[in-house]
Amino acid sequence: MTIAAREPAPAEQGRTLAPLGRRLARVVETQTLGPYRLIAVADRDGPGDPRPGQFYMLAASDGWGGGAGERPYLPRAFSFCRVRSADDGAAVHPTLEFLLEAIGPGTERLAGLSAGDGLWIAGPLGVGFSRDGDRRPLLVGGGIGAAPLLGWQDELGARAEALLGFRSAAHARAGELFNAPVICTDDGSVGRAGVVTEGLRAELERDRGAVVYACGPAPMLEAVRALCAAKDVPAQLALEAGMACGFGACFGCVVSTRSGYLRLCVEGPVLDAAILDRVDAFGAVH
Amino acid sequence: MSDTIELCGRQLANPVLNASGTFDALAALRTFGERLRDRFPFAAYVSKTITVARREGNPPPRLWEVPAGLINSIGLPNKGLEEFVVCDLPQLTELLPVPLIVSVMGRTADELCELVDALDGHGSVAMIELNFSCPNVETGLVMGADPAEAGRAVERVRAATGKPLIVKLSPNAPDPAAVAVAAAGAGADALSLINTIKASALHPDTREPALGARAGGLSGPAVRAIALEQVGSVARAVAIPVIGMGGIATGRDAADFLAVGARCVAVGTESFRDAAAGRRIADELSTILKTS
Repeated sequence: MTIAAREPAPAEQGRTLAPLGRRLARVVETQTLGPYRLIAVADRDGPGDPRPGQFYMLAASDGWGGGAGERPYLPRAFSFCRVRSADDGAAVHPTLEFLLEAIGPGTERLAGLSAGDGLWIAGPLGVGFSRDGDRRPLLVGGGIGAAPLLGWQDELGARAEALLGFRSAAHARAGELFNAPVICTDDGSVGRAGVVTEGLRAELERDRGAVVYACGPAPMLEAVRALCAAKDVPAQLALEAGMACGFGACFGCVVSTRSGYLRLCVEGPVLDAAILDRVDAFGAVH
Repeated sequence: MSDTIELCGRQLANPVLNASGTFDALAALRTFGERLRDRFPFAAYVSKTITVARREGNPPPRLWEVPAGLINSIGLPNKGLEEFVVCDLPQLTELLPVPLIVSVMGRTADELCELVDALDGHGSVAMIELNFSCPNVETGLVMGADPAEAGRAVERVRAATGKPLIVKLSPNAPDPAAVAVAAAGAGADALSLINTIKASALHPDTREPALGARAGGLSGPAVRAIALEQVGSVARAVAIPVIGMGGIATGRDAADFLAVGARCVAVGTESFRDAAAGRRIADELSTILKTS
């Protein structure tokens, strides 16, 4: 048997390839939005065209492993929320934005970063959102899950409506980043009182020509999945699972699908809802 | 040039391999593209463990971070022997710029022979690693924990292939050096250790097992000191090459393992933190060996 000439693998939709290995990047700006931190990172050696929904593995270059309990140890996975081009006079390079919430030793360390601090980053990783013909894009975000929808709304333009649910008015400040979002809160302190999936139900009853892009906690995603399945509306869900490597090496981040376990970092984190029987909490490393 | 090393008749560009199950070259190709081939991080590539039948692996959660390491309960998911040979092997052959070592695990000596026999005819398979962290379902003995069991298994497999055999020892054994001596005596060409150390963790909120499979294996810098001792004791007990691993994260760590008698080292969990860690560690090791 002769070996065929080497051909580069065809590019996958929704995937921009990552440089091999982690690289040192620099935090250039931070902002507090209620309980969230938005950090902007100058990624001089990374690609400028990550696809919305793709993610990066982040680890502070200092104080990672030496903190209380000698954690964090593993890098933490975050979808980027936006990428912009920055020109520092010498070169044009991408600046990535990440939305963080301090809920564990790793996220605490990352949320504590200031402008000038170093950050190991790897990515973009996984597969992001993809367009679905002429269907009307409807973005559904819950809490910090709004993050990957931001760049997707930027790209899709004004016709992509964002329905966002938050716990409280403080959390809802993350909604300020979006263009004309419809906001609801659990306590009714901002927007409508109730869960974001009620808003989605009303939208789908009005218009089944939509395509839903959603990210948020597992129970919200399960409600989105069930609603879209009942109305026969396609949906792409950005999921979370406990992850060590982000590039398919550890087999840790599997989620249950109709065809068995899939590695979320290779086949996801954005999955077609139709391949899922239900969305569960698949673990997380915070 | 001075970094090259011989392992089972193969010249390797440097002494740094990957640990089985910690680097999926085909998934990495999808993530990093062709640059993976040009800057492949290891001097030889060890596949994830292949079993005769397809395995789905353990239920999630599969990972739990601990101080300086992690516990995993992955459960050896793999496509099974036939699909590996038909689908993955040709792709690996095309991709890899370094020798391929295929890791296999059998529940019986017959299964091990079936695995080895199926790989024996493939020129692209440079060596075979026998993952001995599995109980023999016929005897109930873990192949890597019992010297007599290990010796019998290696003897059977030895007759089934001319390819070099590496026996991956379990650290969950009363005396890994005794298992090493038995494996070497039965015809193993090299030994590798350590595998992960049996471990568990409870979820802080529920005090229930944090992992879907309740228990798993510990890896990362947390195990390095234990690994160094076991690698040293095995290297002193046998004359065949030893591939040392366990929490190696820097060239200095790698140099320690070589100093206690390892011929090669393998990088595992550190690759999770940095996909290019193998290359960095090889470069650091090269500098250390040149200046010492």
